[in-house]
Amino acid sequence: MTQLLIFNVFNGLIVGAFYALMALGLSLILNLSGVINFAHGGFLAIGAYIAYSLIPYVGFWGGLLFAPILTALLGLFVERFLIRRLYQRDPLYSLLLTFGLAYILEDGTRLIWGAQSLPYPIPEWLTTPLSSEYFFLTGYRLFMVALVSVAVGALFYILSRTRLGMRIRAGTADLETVSVLGVNVRLLRNLNFGLGIYLAGLAGVLAAGMLGLDPTIGSSLIMPSFVAIIVGGLGSLPGTLLGGLLIGVASGLTTVFFPSATEAVMYVMMGAVLLVRPRGLLGEEGRLQ
Amino acid sequence: MSGFNRQRASTALVWLILLTMPYWMALIGGYTELGTRVLVLGLAAMALNFLLGFTGVLSFGHAAYFGLGAYGAGMAIKYLAPSTPLSILVGVVLGTLAAALIGALIVKLRGVYFAMVTIAFGQVFFFIAIRWNAVTGGDDGLTGWQRHALDLGLGKIDILGNDKAYYYLVLILFAIAVGIMALLLRSPFGRTLLAIRENERRARFLGIPVEQHIWLSFVISCLFASLAGTLFALLSNFVDPRALHWSQSGNFVIMAVLGGMRSFWGPLVGAAIFVVLQDFVSSHTENWMSIIGLFFVLVVLFFPRGVLGMLRRKAKS
Repeated sequence: MTQLLIFNVFNGLIVGAFYALMALGLSLILNLSGVINFAHGGFLAIGAYIAYSLIPYVGFWGGLLFAPILTALLGLFVERFLIRRLYQRDPLYSLLLTFGLAYILEDGTRLIWGAQSLPYPIPEWLTTPLSSEYFFLTGYRLFMVALVSVAVGALFYILSRTRLGMRIRAGTADLETVSVLGVNVRLLRNLNFGLGIYLAGLAGVLAAGMLGLDPTIGSSLIMPSFVAIIVGGLGSLPGTLLGGLLIGVASGLTTVFFPSATEAVMYVMMGAVLLVRPRGLLGEEGRLQ
Repeated sequence: MSGFNRQRASTALVWLILLTMPYWMALIGGYTELGTRVLVLGLAAMALNFLLGFTGVLSFGHAAYFGLGAYGAGMAIKYLAPSTPLSILVGVVLGTLAAALIGALIVKLRGVYFAMVTIAFGQVFFFIAIRWNAVTGGDDGLTGWQRHALDLGLGKIDILGNDKAYYYLVLILFAIAVGIMALLLRSPFGRTLLAIRENERRARFLGIPVEQHIWLSFVISCLFASLAGTLFALLSNFVDPRALHWSQSGNFVIMAVLGGMRSFWGPLVGAAIFVVLQDFVSSHTENWMSIIGLFFVLVVLFFPRGVLGMLRRKAKS
């Protein structure tokens, strides 16, 4: 029983780390530009498939390095030519646009790489269990947790210490003032979008190693990411991280006791949080309006 | 004065088209079921637009209530009693109750956050439908039931075998629902909703209880969406869990936008275009998703006012 419990909590943490990585990217874009990026899951899938196609030429590590960058470039392009046109309009329109993009990206991956699932090759030394008692602790899983930690650490470092990051945070607080102070807001939003999509691409490559490749891989991860943002608190990146991990562990634990509610439990948590604290666990006041 | 007359003329035209539709659908390559689907999805889109276009609240989760209506209707016939009116009642009550509860949790949220929470809540019911195999049929959907003939006391109306009879049943319910929505929008309550849409802060300063109004508008909107859901389930004698999926919510929103959010009949026009397009595309290519997605993008970029919005603008200039 203890072992089962540890197994599922650990599993939940890993899944939660994915949710958090996805949700952090979504949150970045939402906070600065007010756009809910429905296509985030589509970008995640694209990242995973690009890595799959790169691996024969550059190897596993090359795929891990280059695929998220290429995905981010695609994101920069999409922001520049499609999403940028809608910033001045009702948020409804950007929502519908990214919704359509999600369809196109999912169908596009199906068209290019086929509808059937594909195995994702990872180095053999990463797949062997580290101990016979805790069979679920493979090197790949530990590696994933480590890499997600590094990525999140790097993101928070960028946001708090670099010029770009400080401008993103300032823009989130008051875009107009930042613009008046001479910052190129168009470029800022563009780069911020690219950064968010980079995280989606990275999550995609990592998820592919664990779940294999499937065109619907992104659309199954996007809803939990929304929940993570709402639970953690609108406008707060640490909140988003916390929310992702919390709902991951919660659904991991539920798997032990009541398997058919694995997905539903996160929505119950969301309802509870909204009831007690409408702005989310770490949400800033006044963000709701 | 001329604007008023034009409005009357166009309303009369809409009803004339709807009343005669089953008789000319076949001539232009359609079929009665397609007409019924336009009517049902049009009702759902108009119900959404009560909230979206006339209250100014962005809900992206209406598939949940549409789907609850559908499951309620199917399950009532399958497990309770073989009665069509009862199934409609059960579906509407189920959807409306869920909306009343969830609405109370989210009325404080606005704009893009309201949209996000409604999307996320919509998924609860999707997962319940998928996971509760024994009752809902899980992934395969709810099957093994069908709509039953209407017993009016004087005689039975066979709405199962006769496509057209079912069409007219749907049309009657559609007319009642649309009539109620039109009356509500003309009432002081409806005018207050417009005031909230135009300037929420000012409405608040005038002493209008904004949250209550938004909650009520949400519940009314979801009530008619779940009515549409029951009719949708009865149309195909089958409930697909995808009726609850968030992609269905997106379809309702695009119907409203495509037809014109600011006009009463807009969503019906949008639904007609969308349903016919989807029917055509999905029977001609496997990659219908890309085409529908592209359609979304094009509508947003080049057609944001919708068909009726464009027409009205032309008429004014």
